[in-house]
Amino acid sequence: MRTVLCTEIIKNVREMCIEANHFLSSDMREVFETAKEKERSPLGTQILAQLEENLQIAADDKIPICQDTGMAVLFVKLGQDVHVDGGSLTDALNEGVRQGYKEGFLRKSVVGDPILRVNTKDNTPAVIHYDIVDGDQIEITIAPKGFGSENMSRVFMLKPADGIEGVKEAVLTAVRDAGPNACPPMVVGVGIGGTFEKCAYLSKKALTRNLNEKPQISWVKELEEELLEKINKLGIGPGGLGGSQTAFAVNVETYPTHIAGLPVAVNICCHVNRHVTRVL
Amino acid sequence: MDQYITTPLTKEKIKNLKAGDYVHITGTIYTARDAAHKRMDEALERGEQLPIEIKDAIIYYMGPSPARKGRPIGSAGPTTASRMDKYTPRLLDLGMSGMIGKGKRSQAVKDAIIRNQAVYFAAVGGAGALLSKRIIRSEVIAYDDLGTEAIRKLEVEDFPVIVVIDAQGNNLYETAILNYRED
Repeated sequence: MRTVLCTEIIKNVREMCIEANHFLSSDMREVFETAKEKERSPLGTQILAQLEENLQIAADDKIPICQDTGMAVLFVKLGQDVHVDGGSLTDALNEGVRQGYKEGFLRKSVVGDPILRVNTKDNTPAVIHYDIVDGDQIEITIAPKGFGSENMSRVFMLKPADGIEGVKEAVLTAVRDAGPNACPPMVVGVGIGGTFEKCAYLSKKALTRNLNEKPQISWVKELEEELLEKINKLGIGPGGLGGSQTAFAVNVETYPTHIAGLPVAVNICCHVNRHVTRVL
Repeated sequence: MDQYITTPLTKEKIKNLKAGDYVHITGTIYTARDAAHKRMDEALERGEQLPIEIKDAIIYYMGPSPARKGRPIGSAGPTTASRMDKYTPRLLDLGMSGMIGKGKRSQAVKDAIIRNQAVYFAAVGGAGALLSKRIIRSEVIAYDDLGTEAIRKLEVEDFPVIVVIDAQGNNLYETAILNYRED
């Protein structure tokens, strides 16, 4: 048994919320440069240059990259040999979010009830996904999710007979419908398999995968490449104002599923694909 | 084509704006998003005045992040315009001349834009840090309790936007895609 203190968790989550909203990971920063070289539309190239300048201003002047600093989504891998001391883990994670959003001058975008819609004023509660794993460490990933792109995300319950062509069509439909609303160039997270909620979870988790990391399963790797090419032929472009760079990447995650189904989820993220991971 | 305009955005100025133009706005604009639109609509229902002078005004669909000390505003990029579609035709009919947001609009909004000779601009979504640098002053003027969703009066300088739907109904989102689509 290894002990991890709640105070340690709070401190790290606080710092990660602030970091995620001001700095993109290096793999994300690299794709802006590649896209700028490939973009055929002059306006699209200009927009990509502005987005790069925006990242620089955010880092230098400590202004969040986007004003929608998101709802905090947390993926927590909790080693089963960890003892959390000093309070509840969930409370500590939420307290870290609360402090991070306050101290980091981040926008509070959460309402306490989806119909009554009163702002909780501290951006809590977070959406927390726990995974119990072997070991004596806690891995926390924070992915603040903006809703311009979240609103354009979809779940499709396909039939097994729809096959991989059905999956491709579902992803292209979601991206086509999202168009300018999702702040392209986007990163497209796709979850295939599992159940209704499992594929949605996978599609969100897919967005946190390093863009340079490729899938082990060959058909998944090929699907990612083919979808990226097809998406970039839709013509949507940076800002949705026309161009050849509609998506930076497509990340696909899969899971076993039922004999009767083929669930597919498409979680779209804008170009501000934020995520920070730390191991405690 | 690059254009420079100052507010108020009169019909005369709108005549020269075409879908695809890159426009730098200087002057006063107002922010309002979901909750503020709902309140303005309810105020109109009750026969009350709007909290802003709507004639020839530009509304920016934006809810900023909090300002750090010494700055007028935090990150300040556009939010998705379609969520305001339900309330927009009424404001256009009352004289609002411009909107800044991102994303598609409904047919009812497009019709109201043409009917009233107005214009819909897009600012670059997700460029909130860059756009905040073009805002010199910010003051909450209504619905303070809504926090980030309150109505703010902004003074902007060379605020960069692109004409998406012009007064003739030309729509850049629909036309620009065709130039780059490869089927």
